[in-house]
Amino acid sequence: MKSVSLLLALGLGAAVIAAASCGGNPAPQNPTPNADSAAAAARTRQDSINAAQAEAERQAAAERERVANQRRADSLAALARSSEEVRSTLAAMIHFDLDKSNIRADDMGALDQKVAILQANPELRIRIGGHCDERGSDEYNLALGNRRAQSAKQYLVSHGIDASRVETQSWGEERPLVDGHDENAWSQNRRDEFEAISGGDNLRRP
Amino acid sequence: MLGILLSNIPTFQLSAQDTSTIDRGVRIGIIYRPGVRPGLVMLPRTGMGLDSVRAIVARDLDYSDRFEVITLPGGDSIRLATSSTAPRGARTRRSGSGTAATGGAQGGTGGTLNYPLYQALGADFALDITAAGDTTVATLHDIAAAGIRRTVRVRLPRPGDADFRQALHRLADQALQAALGTPGIAATRVLFVKDGKVYQIDQDGADQKLVSSTDRQAMSPAWGADGRHFAYMEFQAGKGWLYLQEMATGKRTAVSTTGSALDFTPAFSPDGQTLAFSRATEEGTDLYTINVKNNCCLRRLTVGRFSDNLSPTFSPDGQRIAFVSTRPGLPQIYVMAADGTDQQLFAPFDYGVTGSSNAPEWSPDGQSVAFHRDVAGTLQVFVLDVRTRTVRQLTSVGRNEDPTWAPDSRHLAFVSDRSGYRQLWIIDLDTGRIRPLLQQSGARLPAWSPRLSEAPSTTP
Repeated sequence: MKSVSLLLALGLGAAVIAAASCGGNPAPQNPTPNADSAAAAARTRQDSINAAQAEAERQAAAERERVANQRRADSLAALARSSEEVRSTLAAMIHFDLDKSNIRADDMGALDQKVAILQANPELRIRIGGHCDERGSDEYNLALGNRRAQSAKQYLVSHGIDASRVETQSWGEERPLVDGHDENAWSQNRRDEFEAISGGDNLRRP
Repeated sequence: MLGILLSNIPTFQLSAQDTSTIDRGVRIGIIYRPGVRPGLVMLPRTGMGLDSVRAIVARDLDYSDRFEVITLPGGDSIRLATSSTAPRGARTRRSGSGTAATGGAQGGTGGTLNYPLYQALGADFALDITAAGDTTVATLHDIAAAGIRRTVRVRLPRPGDADFRQALHRLADQALQAALGTPGIAATRVLFVKDGKVYQIDQDGADQKLVSSTDRQAMSPAWGADGRHFAYMEFQAGKGWLYLQEMATGKRTAVSTTGSALDFTPAFSPDGQTLAFSRATEEGTDLYTINVKNNCCLRRLTVGRFSDNLSPTFSPDGQRIAFVSTRPGLPQIYVMAADGTDQQLFAPFDYGVTGSSNAPEWSPDGQSVAFHRDVAGTLQVFVLDVRTRTVRQLTSVGRNEDPTWAPDSRHLAFVSDRSGYRQLWIIDLDTGRIRPLLQQSGARLPAWSPRLSEAPSTTP
């Protein structure tokens, strides 16, 4: 009973303070609640405080989980992005001058990147496909495409890659990348293509 | 009308030069010598159901380029029967006397011809095709001798039967043989590649047929010397596979030892025992032979190291192989003994001036090797004289490549874009006459068959 009256006193006090803080007009006199109602109100209030606290805790936990999930997803995506990036670096084509199979100076950087990728991914095996433009003789282009694929392979091997990890093939002029009968198309079609044939699912960045 | 003519002419000119004509059946030679070839007249007959027979035979004889085919005015003339376009190039020799021809022809139906009349027309031969029951009778008249040179009786398959046209082509070849003592080329076919598949077509442009049996990309068909099978290359799992295929059944078998590398450009030896081919490996491309009769004895003929060796072609005696080698830098035409010894330059060239030379094919008479060479950034067909080792340029209009010899060693089929797109053409080296073999874009890598030897069902 004592605690009830204390709570009641606190409640009244709070009402008085509230009325006073309204300033100006004096607050109308509240009807004095009976003790049971006051107790019920107090209980309700306490329940709602407890509920709010529980809700806050739940939200915090959910937030922690969300953040953790996000972090995990971000790191997976970053891994995939890195593998995808490595894959596209690996697949970057190199190009050749008309009727030539020597590696151009501006393509050596691209081949150096492939060397690094092969070194960082010891399980990786690749295939190099040599291609030609349509201007040469159809059958001679098979030999020329072979030379182009071999040139790139020799570059990789001379930079420390085991020859058994690099297959080559020639398509001659049979698989043009770009249709068209001008230098723009031809220069794009004189190329080596690189593809992973095994160990290329999850590529590590060099 | 002639358009661009002879823009890239070597220091001497041919009697039979390339012309710019693209009209079917029209002959515009640079130097045309009328009257050198014997005149031949196809006797008109009407109402006997043999019009298509006559048309096919007459066209074969025309395409042989060995006759001056004489047009009879107003009648069932060769030109009108065989040419869908206006007979712009049709000529009658001594046309002033042509008015009497129709009467003469009709007068000849009784078994004897008005020989003096045909002689006056310039005819040396007259071919008469008639039917007697189910037998077709072809009678070749020798005009000067005023008599029958030869009569051939054939039981033809029904029109539409698979062998109908080939039977007619053989009949035309028999007529040509009877007249000139020379075998013809009517009963031959050409293999070629289009959209990665191998097709065959009769030499007169009829009966095109797919012979590839897979959807894999194919290249470089090459006939066996007996005309009953061919070899070709197919891309498969990053390699080049060589296959042999029977013409009649379509049955195919992989050449043993193929499948480990990029094998391409197969070529049969004349005895059919040996297949020469190119193999591309880490060392480059080199020539090999294999015995395809016993599936054994792979043999390496060249060791190029820093050069490539490819595109073999046997001499008809089987003793030598002409091929392409990049040992001088650019690809040029070389020759060696069939065992790989005695390798030497074959087609002369000016170092640093002459462009790449490729795709050699030895003529069936052994006297020439046709190939193509880069001239000012485009390709032209050349012919090497084996004895004198001199080369002459045969084409000059558009891009012309991959020549292949007819069995008469005077016709070549080749790929040309002269009409605006790449397709197959046939040129006669003696007259310079040129005609399209087919009217489809994208045809390439032609291979002309030997004479297809199936015996005609001739009755005496």
